[in-house]
Amino acid sequence: MTAPKGNRRSGSKGDLVLKAVVGAAAIGIVALLIGLGIELTSGSWLSIKTFGLGFITGSTWNSVSDTYEVFPALLGTLTASAIALILGLPIGLGIAIFLSERARGIRAGATALGSLVELLAAVPSVIYGLWGLIVLAPFMRVYIEPTLKTLLGFPGLFSGTPIGTDLFTGGVILAIMIIPTISAVSRDILNAVPNSQREAMYSLGATDWEVVRKAVLPYARSGIFGATILGLGRAVGETMAVTFVIGNNINLPKSLLSPGATLTTLIVNQFGNTFDPLSEAALVEVGLVLFLLALAINSLARVLVWRMTRSTRFRV
Amino acid sequence: MTSILVSGRRRSWRRIFDRIMKALILLSVVIAVIPLFLVVADVVVQGLPAISWSFLTENPPSPLAGYGGILNGIEGSLLMVGMGTLIAVPLGVGAGIYFSEWPESRLSFLSSFMNDVLAEFPTIVIGLFVYAVVVAPTRTFSAVAGAVALAIIMLPIIARTTEESLKIVPITLREASMALGIPRWKTIFRVVISTGKSGLATGILLGIARATGETAPLVVTAGYLNFPPTALFQQTASVPYIIYNFGTAGYPNWTTVAWGAALVLVAFMLILNLSVKFFIGRKSTGVRAEI
Repeated sequence: MTAPKGNRRSGSKGDLVLKAVVGAAAIGIVALLIGLGIELTSGSWLSIKTFGLGFITGSTWNSVSDTYEVFPALLGTLTASAIALILGLPIGLGIAIFLSERARGIRAGATALGSLVELLAAVPSVIYGLWGLIVLAPFMRVYIEPTLKTLLGFPGLFSGTPIGTDLFTGGVILAIMIIPTISAVSRDILNAVPNSQREAMYSLGATDWEVVRKAVLPYARSGIFGATILGLGRAVGETMAVTFVIGNNINLPKSLLSPGATLTTLIVNQFGNTFDPLSEAALVEVGLVLFLLALAINSLARVLVWRMTRSTRFRV
Repeated sequence: MTSILVSGRRRSWRRIFDRIMKALILLSVVIAVIPLFLVVADVVVQGLPAISWSFLTENPPSPLAGYGGILNGIEGSLLMVGMGTLIAVPLGVGAGIYFSEWPESRLSFLSSFMNDVLAEFPTIVIGLFVYAVVVAPTRTFSAVAGAVALAIIMLPIIARTTEESLKIVPITLREASMALGIPRWKTIFRVVISTGKSGLATGILLGIARATGETAPLVVTAGYLNFPPTALFQQTASVPYIIYNFGTAGYPNWTTVAWGAALVLVAFMLILNLSVKFFIGRKSTGVRAEI
């Protein structure tokens, strides 16, 4: 190449420097995630070697016998997250439909409501925890849980004495926290559904709900699934709010009304109790399990949401 | 499809069903807004008794001995969020510039994907990582460890908002600058970044807001101390940790301290949010303020 010398060459040198510097930052993010995986694996190696698969399938967490197994916490994470999704998905989706469909025409009000709901996500989780412990848990104990016991008291799910700080309340506080995630992402996805879908349906004489049910939701299905998975990721990783209300019991819970633990609350509550190498490795292994769960859940969600909206819009 | 066109009684049933579903949708909106209202209302009502000037200038009280203050937490939070911001801003802005200027590269695709994953990562896991990397070698919980954890949490937020605010700078501006023979790196600094700087500021503020409220990673990296920090490598309190510590203890006055700390935190968030709105309002950047 016989490109003119001088200005252009020095420019390209500056370009290279800039690209190298900002590229290093981009590489840093990749390195960070890889480093996380490596550090968590090496940190928990002792525990992986000692307990093997029993770490996930066993139910004993006892520092006296030096046995650390997390099945109750894993079960707690799955249960509380499932409750959160069962309660949070219909509500979050309802808000998304309201904001994208029904609210067409009253845009200003819808925008205000949208930002109000998104404000829910701005409140730090530790404040939800405090509120959950002092306001929500007593309310659950006195009103909601006895009612559920009467209505759904068949053997299993809602047996035992309502105490307020239990798996079920943990699930409810998680539901409150993931609703903004599900509603904001779903709203963007519903907005991305082409209007021709709706118009075709209306022209057949369909009601508003039929348009949503038969033309909009099926089209947005994979994106909404992605939003749900994203909400699930939030629920699985949430720590402080749950710690306040779940009761922090490391034994196997008997029903939804027993105090329980999740993987995240187990780390917070057991941390600093004992500092022998094995229990520390076990706690890091809990982190490794969470790492793998989060990686799988978030990758899946990203792919699904991306495919639908084709934008990498970031949301905190 | 034919079933939809059937008129008569079935049609009125469809109308009723339509109404019911609309009512349910409206109900879901109401249900979601109630907790928001209640949380904020409770924080204000229960937190106000603790608030006085001394709440910002004294250290926390003993059990059953008044409300004291949360000076240790405020100073600890300022220290750790400040140091975290200093670490996260260059990295995040750098990565954001790379994502926006070299979007076709394989590294951009990979790193941007990892960035999204990192943004949704359980923060307690990030805390454990920092525990292994910083706390274990230095043998002490510290403000430095807390700051590193908060920096990792802020990083993806700053990177993403930087990318978005630079991407919407009109291509014509870049072309005009390039046409004058200004090299690309100078164009990026002088034209692209200065046009998108309010978006950059927004990203940094969003990152600060997120980091200030984080608790879980600080439990395993910074710990708690009943006094303001005097050294970088010692246990360091923070406002959210005070909410956790005092809120779960059960003493009535400590619970009020927790509510008061929550009120201070919410007020701080509100100020940050308004600043974000201010930055966005001043120059339309297209970056949406969604904390």
